[in-house]
Amino acid sequence: MIPLQVSLKHKRHEGRAADTLSALEFKLAAGEFAAIVGPSGAGKTTLLKIIAGLDTRFEGRIGLAPETRLGFVFQEPRLLPWLSVADNLRLVKPDLDDDALEASLLRVGLAGQSRSYPLKLSGGMQRRVALLRAFLIRPELLLLDEPFISLDAPTAESLYTLLLDLRADIHPTTLLVTHDLREALALSDRILFVSKSPARVILDHSVNLPQRRRRDDACVAQAQAALLAEHPELLTGLSTVSPGAARTLLESV
Amino acid sequence: MMGQDSRTDVSARLIRGLSLLLVLLCWQLLAWKVADPLLPSPIAVVQSLVHHLREGELLHHLLKTLMRVTAAFVIAMVIGVAVGLWMGRSRTANLALDSILVVMLNMPALVTAILCFIWIGLNETAAVLAVALNKIPTTITNIREGARALDTQLLQVGEVYKVPRLLTLRKIVLPQLYPYIMASARSGLALIWKIVLVIELLGRSDGVGFKLGTFFQFFDLTSVLAYTAAFAAVVLAIEALVLRPLDRRLNGWRS
Repeated sequence: MIPLQVSLKHKRHEGRAADTLSALEFKLAAGEFAAIVGPSGAGKTTLLKIIAGLDTRFEGRIGLAPETRLGFVFQEPRLLPWLSVADNLRLVKPDLDDDALEASLLRVGLAGQSRSYPLKLSGGMQRRVALLRAFLIRPELLLLDEPFISLDAPTAESLYTLLLDLRADIHPTTLLVTHDLREALALSDRILFVSKSPARVILDHSVNLPQRRRRDDACVAQAQAALLAEHPELLTGLSTVSPGAARTLLESV
Repeated sequence: MMGQDSRTDVSARLIRGLSLLLVLLCWQLLAWKVADPLLPSPIAVVQSLVHHLREGELLHHLLKTLMRVTAAFVIAMVIGVAVGLWMGRSRTANLALDSILVVMLNMPALVTAILCFIWIGLNETAAVLAVALNKIPTTITNIREGARALDTQLLQVGEVYKVPRLLTLRKIVLPQLYPYIMASARSGLALIWKIVLVIELLGRSDGVGFKLGTFFQFFDLTSVLAYTAAFAAVVLAIEALVLRPLDRRLNGWRS
């Protein structure tokens, strides 16, 4: 568990006229589970890439030691199709012995699949492997880039449970990027709402809901309705929110 | 389904075999009609092949050539893959080496052979190097294309999880290059076979190329064709026994 401090000044993609990210600052406490919610194209994926060190062309600072154990779950499972499930996992954790491998596959509901190739598994199963891969290295920081996108509801729900189960052992500081407010409310302790590109934090919202809630629970639906009633501009028309208005928004919370 | 498949398999083989037989038959008929030692019949060629196998030194020369082919092939593939990968991934390397590559690609085999034999001497090293030099540029060009098409998303997985460089190369990069490497190996083997004989003719006193040169001087076309047949058999055997099984192994995950 480690804290994460992000203070970005500028990030501009090559050949673009405007910044993708600018003046984006926030801090996560060690072990915290935060979600970043914002419209598509806000630069949320770029932010995760910068934190993970995959993109180094930016101005600003990420307070993260280079030896930090980092788990990253991408939008697509990103398993290597020519490696079996076992070899995919051993790629990140070479000292994984057969017993530990079988035990961890059992844990994520993939018992006996160690020799399967990823393309033979269903989308949900591939995502289970991707989640397991991220947790096998016992991450101190876990970055999730819309990992439950385009899944049917029961599959997504079972993956939420799996994520929370795996997280309960290790408690990595976690940052989930999503454009699905329900998902953020169901999983995280804190939601950072960001504006359209260049993304800035327009609302820092603490989620105070019962632990282990489901996406369809009434409390999640109520929290969503309450949030949108109070801040109708959160998910739509974000471009009209000026920095000044955002500050008042922040203060009103 | 299985029965259907094996039946198509059998008929496919039948068609392949029949067409070959037909060509041989035409050849045989033509040879009878012409009745000239400059057009030996297939039967005469087979007899000559058996003779060279029993009495002559066919196996010795074939083995010599095979060794040169293998050495040149391995050198060309290793250097070609390494440099191709480098040029595909590094803009600076590509800019620095691209013009040299274009010159090398267009260098006639005869020129590399003459230069190698004169500078290095009429020896084995010069022969193998001359062959390899002809193959390296085409391998580089092929592999460079593959290296440019590497999947960034998968490379990022290796980067995020801090997979060591050598492991990244073996498990993430090379598997993506296998189709390019296999294509390069196939075309490379064909090219090397052709060039190695010219080089042997020029500067060696053994090998199939040397023998063909000798038969040429005596207008012994039967022996030329016998050696060619032995050679073709080896090529087919390498394709069937090495390249095709290797292909199947590397592509096992796709099925």
